[in-house]
Amino acid sequence: MNTVARQNPIVDNGHNTAKKVLEIRNLQAWYGESYILQGMNITVNQGEVVTLLGRNGSGRTTTLRAIMGLTGARKGSIRINGVESINLPTYKIAHLGVGYCPEERAIFSSLSTEENLLLPPSLSKTEKGMPVKEIYDMFPNLAERKASPGTRLSGGEQQMLAVARILRTGAKLLLLDEISEGLAPVIVQALARMIVTLKARGYTIVMVEQNFRFAAPLADRFYVVEHGQIVETFAASELESKMPVLGELLGV
Amino acid sequence: MEIFGIPWSLMLSQLLLGLVNGSFYAMMSLGLAVIFGLLNIINFAHGALFMMGAFFAWMGLNYFGINYWVALLIVPVVVGAFGILIERSMLRWLYKLDHLYGLLLTFGITLLLEGVFRSFYGVSGQPYQVPALLSGATDVGPLMMPNYRAWVVVASLTVCFATWFVIERTKIGAYLRAGTENPKMVEAFGINVPVMVSLTYGFGVALAAFAGVLAAPITQVSSLMGSNLIIVVFAVVVIGGMGSIMGSILTGLGLGVIEGFTRVFYPELSATVVFILMGLVLLIRPAGLFGKEK
Amino acid sequence: MTNSRIAYAIALAALIAAPFFIYPIFLMNVMCFALFASAFNLLIGYTGLLSFGHAALFGSAAYITGHVLSKMGLPVEVAVLMGTATGAAIGLVMGLLAIRRTGIYFTMITLALAQMVYFICLQAPFTGGEDGLQGVPRGKLLGVINLSSDLNMYYVVLAIAVGSFAVIMRTVHSPFGRVMKAIKENEPRAISLGYDVNKYKLVAFVLSAALSGLAGSTKTLVFGFATLTDVHWNLSGLVVLMTLVGGLGTLLGPIVGALIIVALENKLGDFGNWLAAATSIEWFKSMGESVTMLTGLIFIICVLAFRRGIVGEISVFLKRF
Repeated sequence: MNTVARQNPIVDNGHNTAKKVLEIRNLQAWYGESYILQGMNITVNQGEVVTLLGRNGSGRTTTLRAIMGLTGARKGSIRINGVESINLPTYKIAHLGVGYCPEERAIFSSLSTEENLLLPPSLSKTEKGMPVKEIYDMFPNLAERKASPGTRLSGGEQQMLAVARILRTGAKLLLLDEISEGLAPVIVQALARMIVTLKARGYTIVMVEQNFRFAAPLADRFYVVEHGQIVETFAASELESKMPVLGELLGV
Repeated sequence: MEIFGIPWSLMLSQLLLGLVNGSFYAMMSLGLAVIFGLLNIINFAHGALFMMGAFFAWMGLNYFGINYWVALLIVPVVVGAFGILIERSMLRWLYKLDHLYGLLLTFGITLLLEGVFRSFYGVSGQPYQVPALLSGATDVGPLMMPNYRAWVVVASLTVCFATWFVIERTKIGAYLRAGTENPKMVEAFGINVPVMVSLTYGFGVALAAFAGVLAAPITQVSSLMGSNLIIVVFAVVVIGGMGSIMGSILTGLGLGVIEGFTRVFYPELSATVVFILMGLVLLIRPAGLFGKEK
Repeated sequence: MTNSRIAYAIALAALIAAPFFIYPIFLMNVMCFALFASAFNLLIGYTGLLSFGHAALFGSAAYITGHVLSKMGLPVEVAVLMGTATGAAIGLVMGLLAIRRTGIYFTMITLALAQMVYFICLQAPFTGGEDGLQGVPRGKLLGVINLSSDLNMYYVVLAIAVGSFAVIMRTVHSPFGRVMKAIKENEPRAISLGYDVNKYKLVAFVLSAALSGLAGSTKTLVFGFATLTDVHWNLSGLVVLMTLVGGLGTLLGPIVGALIIVALENKLGDFGNWLAAATSIEWFKSMGESVTMLTGLIFIICVLAFRRGIVGEISVFLKRF
C-alpha cells in the first residue's frame, strides 16, 4: 500500500519555468508527541489548483496547518514563493502571501459579519486584497447580513465569509480545508464557480476535499495522502486511469 | 430629611464614597478582564502594580517635582512599559501551561514588588497632597461634595467607557476580541499576535497604575495598599464574570455603591459584604452576572 | 517496597532521636508546616485544585484551639479535635461554594472566602483582634502527659504528624485516591465514566481542610499563641510555595518544602548578617525583614524553571537509572 510516490512534482504543462509557489520537502510534523506528517513532498506551481485526497486522519488538514505553522514541532523544508518558512512564526508565514481557510471556518462570534470580513489586514502595500465592493459583488449574501454577528449566518454563508476573508489580505496562495463540507449543492456549485474565477485571476489554490465530485473537475493535479505521506500523485488528465487505484485507497 | 433614620446628606455622601470605591473596582476588574481575555492569566500582580502607580506618583512629586497632572499621564505609561517587560521576560513562557502557573508567577511578582517597596519605605503610609485645582468641596445642595472625589469618579468612568468604546466599536478592539476568541486564527491573517498580547498586558497594567495615581491623594501611599484591594477585586470579578467589558464596569460600580450603603446601615459588615454577595452569586448564578463560562 | 519501608524506618528513628540534637521548637515548627503543606498538597497535587485560602482553615483552627484551651479550660485532646473539626467545617462551606466553579475561578473564590474569614477574625471579640490569643497553656494530654515539657510536646507532635502522614498515604493509594488522580488528569473523562466528580472534589477538600486544621491546632499548642498572621493570605501563599518548592503532587515534597521555607524564615536574619559581613554591603542586614521579597523571588524562579520542585526533580533524575 505504501508505495514510494513516483515523484514527478513539476508537471510539464508547457511552462518549463513554472514558478513554484509552494515547495514542501520531507515535511514532518507533530502534535505534541503524535507523529502525524512523516515526510511530505508537495510542489505547487503558480496558478495551479491542487487537491489533497485521502481518508480521514491521513494528515491532509495537518499538512495545511503545518504550512501555516499551526502544528507542534515541524521539520523539513517549506518554501513559499522561494522563501524558507519552516522556522517562521505563523504571522510571518501569512505575510509571505498565504491565506488559510480552516475546516472549522473559525468565524469570530464576537464580531459582526462585516467586522469579520474587514479584520484581515492587507499583507503588503503592493498586493492589496480584493476591495470590499468586489467581495460583496461576488457574495451578495454577505452584503445583506453585514451587521449580523458572524456566527448567526447559515452554514453556507459562513463558508462564503471564511473564504471571502482571506481574499481581503492579498494572499495569492490559498489553503482551503473542506470548504464544500455540509453545504447545499447550490452553494457548492457557487463555490466551484468562485474557484474557477480565482484561478483565472492567477490565484494558486491547495484544497483538501472529501467531496470528490466537487474537487475532481477543479483540480489540475492531485496528491493522495496516507499515514502522513504522499502515496500517489497525478495530473487531471490521468484521473480516469487512476480511478481503480483511488477506489482502493479512498473507497471512492 | 431622613431615610430609615439616616440623614439624606449622609446617604448622598456615602453614595459618592461608594462610587469612588466602585470606580476603583471597575477600573481594576476591567484591567483584569482585558488581560484574562487575551492571555488567559489572572494577573495577581494587578494590586502591586496599582501600588506602584501610586508610589511612582509620590516619588515623582517628592524626588522630581513632577506634579499630579503630569504623573497622571506619565506614570501609567512607565508602569505599562514595566508590565510589558514582565510579560516578555516571564509570562510568555507560561502560556502553554496550566493557567494556575500564571497566577502563581504573578503572585510571586506581587510579593517581590511589595517586598521591595516595603524594604525601602516600610508599611506606614506616605501622604500625597490633593492637587490644588481639586482641593476643597463644592456645595451641591444636600451635601458638600469633595471636589477630588468627584474628579476620581469622572476620570475613572471616562477611562472605563473609553476603553469599552475602543474594544467594542473600533478596529483595534476587533483585533482584541477576535484574538480573545481564537488567537491562532488572527495570527494566520498576518497579525503579530505576540506583540498584541504584550501591548494588551501593558494596557491592563497601565489601567491599574492610573487607578493608583488617582488613589494616591485619597489613601496614604503604602506598600500594602494593593493587596487588600486586589482580593476584593477578585470577588468582584467572580460576581461579574469576565465575559463582558461592560459587565465588569457595571459590577465594579454597583458593588462599590452597595458597599458604601452597607457602611451606613451595617458598618460591621462593610468589609465582608462583597464576599457575602460573592457567595450568594455562586449559589444562584455560578457563571457570574455577566459571565460566559470560559 | 521493602526499600522504602527501610527508608521510612530510618527516617522515623532519626526523628525520634532528633530533639536531642536540634532545637525541638524548630523541629515542631517544621512538622506543623509539613503537615499543613501535605494537607494542601492533597488538594492540588491529587485533584489539581489550587486553593489560595488554606490559611483560613489553619488559622481558624488555631484560634478555636487557643480559645478553648485558654478561656474554657477544656482538655487538650478536645481542643485539638475541636480545631480539626473547625477546619473541616469551614472547609465544607468553602468547598461547597468554590467547587461550583473550576480552574482559576475556584482559586479566586477560595482566596476571597479566606479573606472573609480573616475579617471575621479581625473583628470578632474572642480572637483578641490585632494582638491575637496569647499565653495559651499546653496542659496535659489525656490528663497524664505533661506537655509543658518541650520533649514530651515534641513526641506528641511527631505522633500527630506521622499519623496524619499515614492517613494521607493511605488516601492517595486507595481507590478514592485513584479517582482523584483521574479527575486531575482528565475531568471530562472521569465524568463520562460516571463519577460524581464534585462529590469527590468536596471530600478531598474537606479532608485537606481537616488536616490543615489539625496543623493549626497543633501549632497553637506548640507556640502558645494564635494571631492574625495565621489567617492572613500571606500564609496561604506560603503553604503554596512550600509545596511548589518541595514538589507538587509528591508525598515527600511538601515535607521538604516546609523544612526549607521554615529554615529560611528563621535563619534569614542570620544569613543576611553573614552576607553583610562577608560582602560589606550594609543592605544585607535588612534581609531579615525581606522575607516577602525572597519568597516572591523563589516563587518566580520555581514557576519559571523549577516546576517539579526538589522531590519532583529528584524522582525524574532517579528514573533515568
